Amino acid sequence: MTPPDPTTETLGAALARHGIGRRGLLRFAMAMAASLALPPWVAPVMAANLAKAKRCPVIWLSFQNCTGCLETLLQSSRPTIDSILFDFISLDYQETLMAAAGSAAEATLRDAVAANKGGYLLAIDGSIPTRDGGVYAMTGGRSNRSMLETLAADAKAVLAIGTCAAYGGIPKAYPNPTGAVGVEDLVSGTPVVNIPGCPPVPDVLSGVLVHFISFGRLPALDDRGRPLAWFGTTIHDRCYRRAFYDQGKFAQSFDDEGARQGWCLFELGCKGPITHNACASLKWNGGTSFPIESGHGCLGCSEPEFWDAGSFYTSLSGGSPTGWRNAGIAAAVGLAGGAAAALSARRRTDTDGEEMPP
Amino acid sequence: MTLLEFARGPALQASALIMIAGIAWRLAGILLLRRRPRYAASRHSAAGRMGRGAFLILSRLIPRPTFRPRIAVGVMLSAVFHLGLAVVVFGGAPHILLIHQATGLTWPNLPKGLVVIASGLTLAAMIALMARRLTHPVLRLLSTADDHVSWLLVFLPVLTGILLSGETIGDYGSLLTLHILSVEALMIWLPFGKLMHTVLVFAGRWTMGVNFARKGAAT
Repeated sequence: MTPPDPTTETLGAALARHGIGRRGLLRFAMAMAASLALPPWVAPVMAANLAKAKRCPVIWLSFQNCTGCLETLLQSSRPTIDSILFDFISLDYQETLMAAAGSAAEATLRDAVAANKGGYLLAIDGSIPTRDGGVYAMTGGRSNRSMLETLAADAKAVLAIGTCAAYGGIPKAYPNPTGAVGVEDLVSGTPVVNIPGCPPVPDVLSGVLVHFISFGRLPALDDRGRPLAWFGTTIHDRCYRRAFYDQGKFAQSFDDEGARQGWCLFELGCKGPITHNACASLKWNGGTSFPIESGHGCLGCSEPEFWDAGSFYTSLSGGSPTGWRNAGIAAAVGLAGGAAAALSARRRTDTDGEEMPP
Repeated sequence: MTLLEFARGPALQASALIMIAGIAWRLAGILLLRRRPRYAASRHSAAGRMGRGAFLILSRLIPRPTFRPRIAVGVMLSAVFHLGLAVVVFGGAPHILLIHQATGLTWPNLPKGLVVIASGLTLAAMIALMARRLTHPVLRLLSTADDHVSWLLVFLPVLTGILLSGETIGDYGSLLTLHILSVEALMIWLPFGKLMHTVLVFAGRWTMGVNFARKGAAT
């Protein structure tokens, strides 16, 4: 059997090869439209557009990262249309996955850019070091910063995948020795979609791709450049333990009766109320659960500066107490000052012969 | 460092230390006031004076019948405000948690719904009290900048607290930051204005009761 021509094959034909017909694609489009908070009538249009869509060229660059984002997307447990969609995108360059190396890989990158100039999606995972000319992360003799600035200029959009690419993430954490920054700090003139998370929810990336392939444009974004459909609400808003928060029922430790009853983890440091992500609705591992469902508070990993935002186990309303020693010193200073002022006033009273208080 | 981190960290520590030092300053000043020598014998024994002092704390909570028609509304609003604020401060889970982290003391919290209702009543009572202060000719004459600043610095934490509990205007992080910063402003102001009555009110009334008992005045 002759293999299909990847440059001309449509997504509909590719899905048909995998035994997925129009009805299956329509079901997928319905689910994706719901996930994107689009009206139901969009689903047939989306399905029709997806069926006709040609391969979408994607260039994926990995910068200062742990490869966790890529691993999460590759290990996505559902071998469904999502994964076929990932097969369907033309991942023209990805250093971790591609067989080529060295000058052959560099040539692949050059060819991919030349062939798709102005039409490819540039996916980035990892932060970009800027200190000392960006020497802390180099590929093929070029700094990551230089690669990003060059390739972003010719891209249709840049997808910043993971918190490191979106905001700098853990490499940017204090003292940030490499001067790490996120994509949005360096790219201007090309739309940037932030898909933060450590790692990000795989379904969000597939949703952004589906939207882009279906309609030729990016989904609506919030003020931090995140797709509104998944980052418009907080973990707290969608958390199944929210009712316990409202009732004032909080677990006090990870093994107390409250924890066993599934009460709210706010007092154990859960950052759900300030964390915008889709974990509580889309969940992980094929919809099995998410961290709070597993008994641990949200770390807030999809928020900027999450690594430097204090202890994971300090509640949001809790602060850094002054400590008894500092409080004692403050009281002693106050007493000394007050006593000095009072004695001085007494001396003035004696000198001036003022009336004493009753 | 985000503004929330600043509010929860250095700003909280600084405002707590200023409040502690300020209260200590005021207490030292009061305790070292020169007192008139007492030449007359006390009309009551030491135990009697203590009892009369304690009684005055309670008796001053209820308006005298003579004045009741004129001040009943103000007293009632004030009671709603103070009780509501006590429910919010000592019944809200996040507040108890903060107190627990600072002092090690803890107690069961109230459901959020009850705390929100108490916050609403507190807020409404505060607005009514301010309206009364601004429209009542005598109260308006007696009011100083201290009264207005103190009112505002109590009003803001209650307002931001209600907004935070509803999470309708603005996101949780921003509202939490505003709430914490407003509480810190209150903590800094507390020892230096009329809000110091939170520390002195019962001791002051007790002292007055003791003095009355010594002189044989009714408490």
